[in-house]
Amino acid sequence: MRKEKIMQAVFLAAACASILAVALICIFLFANGVPAIAEIGAADFLLGKTWRPGNDVYGILPMIMGSIYVTAGAILMGVPIGLLTAVFMAEYCPKNIYKPLKSATELLAGIPSIVYGFFGLIVLIPAIRNIFPGKTNGGSILVASILLAMMILPTIIGVTESAIRTVPRHYYEGALALGATKERSIFLCVIPAAKSGIMAAVVLGAGRAIGETMAVMMVAGNQARLPGSVFQGVRTLTTNIVLEMGYAADLHREALIATAVALFVFILIINFAVACLNRRITHE
Amino acid sequence: MSKKLKEYIRHPGSLFMMILVILAACITFAVLLFLLAYILVKGIPQLKPSLFALEYTTENVSMLPAIINTLFMTLISLLIAVPFGIFSAIYLVEYAKRGNRFVNIIRLTTETLSGIPSIVYGLFGMLFFVTALKWGYSLLAGAFTLAIMILPLIMRTTEEALKAVPDTFREGSFGLGAGKLRTVFRIVLPAAVPGILAGIILAVGRIVGETAALIYTSGTVAQIPSSVFGSGRTLAVHMYNLSSEGLHMNESYATAVVLLVLVTGINALSGFAAKKLSQI
Repeated sequence: MRKEKIMQAVFLAAACASILAVALICIFLFANGVPAIAEIGAADFLLGKTWRPGNDVYGILPMIMGSIYVTAGAILMGVPIGLLTAVFMAEYCPKNIYKPLKSATELLAGIPSIVYGFFGLIVLIPAIRNIFPGKTNGGSILVASILLAMMILPTIIGVTESAIRTVPRHYYEGALALGATKERSIFLCVIPAAKSGIMAAVVLGAGRAIGETMAVMMVAGNQARLPGSVFQGVRTLTTNIVLEMGYAADLHREALIATAVALFVFILIINFAVACLNRRITHE
Repeated sequence: MSKKLKEYIRHPGSLFMMILVILAACITFAVLLFLLAYILVKGIPQLKPSLFALEYTTENVSMLPAIINTLFMTLISLLIAVPFGIFSAIYLVEYAKRGNRFVNIIRLTTETLSGIPSIVYGLFGMLFFVTALKWGYSLLAGAFTLAIMILPLIMRTTEEALKAVPDTFREGSFGLGAGKLRTVFRIVLPAAVPGILAGIILAVGRIVGETAALIYTSGTVAQIPSSVFGSGRTLAVHMYNLSSEGLHMNESYATAVVLLVLVTGINALSGFAAKKLSQI
């Protein structure tokens, strides 16, 4: 009997590990980052347009906008293609090629981000340079968005497909019986019924895009300024940390940790949105 | 067939949507195929024996030390994360009462953990393991960071595997007079092994492909360290260094091939293990 009690305590202690981990991450990030935000001034830090560590000017607005631009671009390109591919997988795909295609999307999800980044560096950047000659000569918002769209495709396809499949079959059959074509039934009946799941897919994709570091760093150009067009380079919150952490010291270092705090808050908001959407799905 | 065709001609909107759907699917799979083919075609001819020399020099840019480091990194991370992950999943599925407040907190924290970007993990690892605990850039600091990163993945897959074990197994065991602990270890866990294994293999895939969390925790030294407190780069970090230096493009291609084959192979293995589960 004592052994049972001891092991139960061990299981309980193990279960506390994740709580401890989150607590430690919060404490260390906030303890190191918040004083820097206070010293720089929250408004100057979040809304400052210049990032010049040499002169102790730390404004991360260009990075916030950079993250938002590339994520929005990825969503704009990735969601329509992902959604339509999910429809294909759920409703059109012939049975005998379904399995290989399904494992292909899973394979796409497993490719390391550094390989994506390398692909973007050697294929996408030259391709964009050739398509729009003279407009761009290196990394840009456009390239980063295309690459991120590729990277979030598997998330969007997977979550959307399962959302479509959980819609009761009689929705589809009812629409067909009323004389609607297959496409009308799917896009006017099944998709609206699956909208919470699709929203969850979009938000999850956005979370992945905003948190992506290495691939974006290799193709985004990394200039810390507000971009004027999609052909200009941009720096995101994540890449700002990786680029400068290696040599940063004092306030500069703390400002980078504060950048991570801002990123962390972004992610928490996204997680919260996903949790809300999932609750709505289970209630439906 | 002609009836279908007539219907599409009568409803051009539907025809248009169908074409869009097919087109989107074609784009998705064409992109994937192109990416794989490009890396493989360009990379495989670059694979040569000198890339697998035991010692790294600036001339041979050997990836073997990085592969061995990756192996160690994976082993240490799993040693830390797997017991914690499995035990907490056991607690959640077998011991905790439904609707328990504490369980909700654990769920919330694991969801939070799985959403945190890897660079934030890397930064935390640098602040906590490297600086606060004074381990310096080391395999151990990297492994602990990765262990936290894969913990939610292992917890979730183990939980699902445990839930998939039918309650009749547990009832049968209790009916024969076994205690709760014996039931968990002798009956439930063995039945859930394929699912747990699939989760672990998936975690290995994430460890092997991870870069951002490791640059500032385990460092970028290209040799095999003499102990776990030494710095060493894994294969993904090695690849990042090669391609960002821009001096060794051919070797970068070769490394990309090895990395791609490793990670997709590992993920395929996970799928195979999961299929075993569904057969039971």
